[in-house]
Amino acid sequence: MDCCNNKVSDLTLIKETLDHYKSIPGSLIAILQKAQDIYGYLPIDVIYHIAEETGVAPANVMGVATFYTQFRLKPVGKYLIMLCQGTACHVNGSGLIEQAITDELGIEDGETTEDGLFTLKNVACLGCCSLSPVMMINGETYGSLTPDSTKTVLRQLAEKAGEAS
Amino acid sequence: MKIVIGEGSCGLAAGAGKVHSRLDVLFSESNPANAEVTITGCNGMCFLEPIVDIYDDGGELHRFVHIKEKDAEVIHDAVCSNDLSKLDSLRISDEDASFLSQQTRIALRNCGNINPMSIDEYIATGGYVALEKILKGMSQDDVIDEIDKSGLKGRGGAGFSTAFKWRAAKAADDAEKYLICNADEGDPGAFMDRAIIEGDPHALVEGMLIGAYAIGASEAIIYVRAEYPLAIKRLENAIKEATEREYLGKNIFGSNFSCSMRIKAGAGAFVCGEETALIESLEGKRGMPRLKPPFPAQSGFWFKPSNINNVETYANVPWIIANGGNAFAAMGTDDSKGTKVFALTGKIKRGGLVEIPMGKTLREVIYDIGGGIRGDKEFKAVQLGGPSGGCVPASLLDTKIDYKTLGQTGAIMGSGGMVVMDKTTCMVGMARFFLDFTAKESCGKCVHCRIGTKRMLEVLDRIVKGEGKDGDIEMLEDLCIAVKDGALCGLGQTAPNPVLTTIRYFREEMEAHIAEKRCPAGECVDLITYSIDKDKCIGCSLCARKCPTEAITGEIKSPFEIDVDKCTKCGNCRTVCKYEAILVK
Repeated sequence: MDCCNNKVSDLTLIKETLDHYKSIPGSLIAILQKAQDIYGYLPIDVIYHIAEETGVAPANVMGVATFYTQFRLKPVGKYLIMLCQGTACHVNGSGLIEQAITDELGIEDGETTEDGLFTLKNVACLGCCSLSPVMMINGETYGSLTPDSTKTVLRQLAEKAGEAS
Repeated sequence: MKIVIGEGSCGLAAGAGKVHSRLDVLFSESNPANAEVTITGCNGMCFLEPIVDIYDDGGELHRFVHIKEKDAEVIHDAVCSNDLSKLDSLRISDEDASFLSQQTRIALRNCGNINPMSIDEYIATGGYVALEKILKGMSQDDVIDEIDKSGLKGRGGAGFSTAFKWRAAKAADDAEKYLICNADEGDPGAFMDRAIIEGDPHALVEGMLIGAYAIGASEAIIYVRAEYPLAIKRLENAIKEATEREYLGKNIFGSNFSCSMRIKAGAGAFVCGEETALIESLEGKRGMPRLKPPFPAQSGFWFKPSNINNVETYANVPWIIANGGNAFAAMGTDDSKGTKVFALTGKIKRGGLVEIPMGKTLREVIYDIGGGIRGDKEFKAVQLGGPSGGCVPASLLDTKIDYKTLGQTGAIMGSGGMVVMDKTTCMVGMARFFLDFTAKESCGKCVHCRIGTKRMLEVLDRIVKGEGKDGDIEMLEDLCIAVKDGALCGLGQTAPNPVLTTIRYFREEMEAHIAEKRCPAGECVDLITYSIDKDKCIGCSLCARKCPTEAITGEIKSPFEIDVDKCTKCGNCRTVCKYEAILVK
């Protein structure tokens, strides 16, 4: 486990969610979704806490957390790049876009840049097939990408973050 | 006048939200014609987004396409001066308009026509009439018989008779039953379910209520992909509105039928499209399929009788009840009744959602409706059914679209993904793409799927890297048969389809990779080299400026050259060259 997982999370933040779902059986996924909304990812101490409060074995909570692609066990960067790897994007060159992102940022799927600015995540179909290849960064969609235009977008975002700090 | 902005996820991605905000500002400043600015869902013409429809005072529709934020001013001006001719340069062409006029829309009947956030607009199109009709005069069996007459089959992939499933769930002897909607649209190339929920959520709510009545369920659950936040938002609103109007709740239309409805957001797992895996996920567990039998109709959610259909299936139901099963069965073929929605994408001129009666040919969809291949290139293949389907080659373009005929090609109808490819798409790469997907998405429960897809992926990886060996194709075939026969659920049983169709129709291309270490489509990075066609290059230097490794050099106005040792095959030069002077071999 890396350093972030030694952090102590504020467990009071999740209390309301746990109370709400206490009487509804089968709510583990919903609880984990809320927890990820609150903490940005699923810290290990939160996973243990959820296990204790729900009575589900920690191994089973971990099993669910690692089964679904939505859940993250590490924090993400300021900008989460969701690169569409759906069929239409694949046919229209999403592989080249992924390569361009890796070249520009030095990260691969699932990794975060050292400065904590960008995380790259390959996702299955964002449903904007007519704009393929597509990526979504923090809710904003960028379509009809070329390796070049992708790098430009990333540079602009990095610049914006630099100005803000 | 009424100004309607197409705000499905795809429209918003293309910039519809910005257009809307700008129009709101302009019309709040001045609005002499008392025009209304509102929204609708995706009308399926994704290739024209963002789209703005204007209904003039006579109720006539004027459609404007590729609208940008800056166009808001001229729209505002044209509407205020009651002169829409000012917008003629933005008006949809007759050719593009034929994309819609060639379709028959049942499941998509309201998508792009009504405001999905307004139950009144749904009711004005005849919404909830079918629900009233069954609750005031049809028995559960009457409803199932009507669905039986329509011949409706599940639109999610397996194509199983809807009436059969409903009858089995109704026959199950238990006071507690569940009706579930599978909205976990997982095929990475299909988005019709998302479009239906975003564009016409009440059709789903009504269809599910009819199903719940037919099987005797008092609780309905919709399992939606978490990647569809807008769909969830519109569905939540629809459930709230329907509850307020008492279409949902206790003693609906004064009958004995009561039903509640709730949404459960999935968390991202393709296997949850399999109904028993979906049920496990609904129960908060890892989405791993159960052994069948027992089928969900006998023992499903919390081991109670449950019926599961997908979004498109339910969306057809109110129309069938309102218009009669025979009207639905009158469309389509003997084997496949009614219409089906396809998500037409890839290297196609007009991509989007297409709903057609079964029995039309692939050529009609791709060329007549879709307008043919982008850049008028040569058609190579169309991928049907996503990771569970296969690639159909050009020689089979006249294949009729129905469950049986498509099945004979080795592909499947699936949920309706239709990805078009031209000669620059490598079919081996395509098979590898889908295997990579299914190997990652395999839940790991059964050995054949878990290990089999992994081994197949390794072989395909080897082939696209130019390390393929004699006997690889035969090994793939063996593995395909083993996985097909041995896997526990539909994911594994169909995972070999993309590989099998590639071997069946594109064996030569696969052999070229193995024996000659050559990728005929020019896509497999390890097997290609870039060069410049001296006859076509005009020496504009654009490629050299865009090359990240300075591999391209030359004098302006004379042909440039690529240093293959420096070239990383990123494809930038090929993308930017306007003269098709970059050769890939």
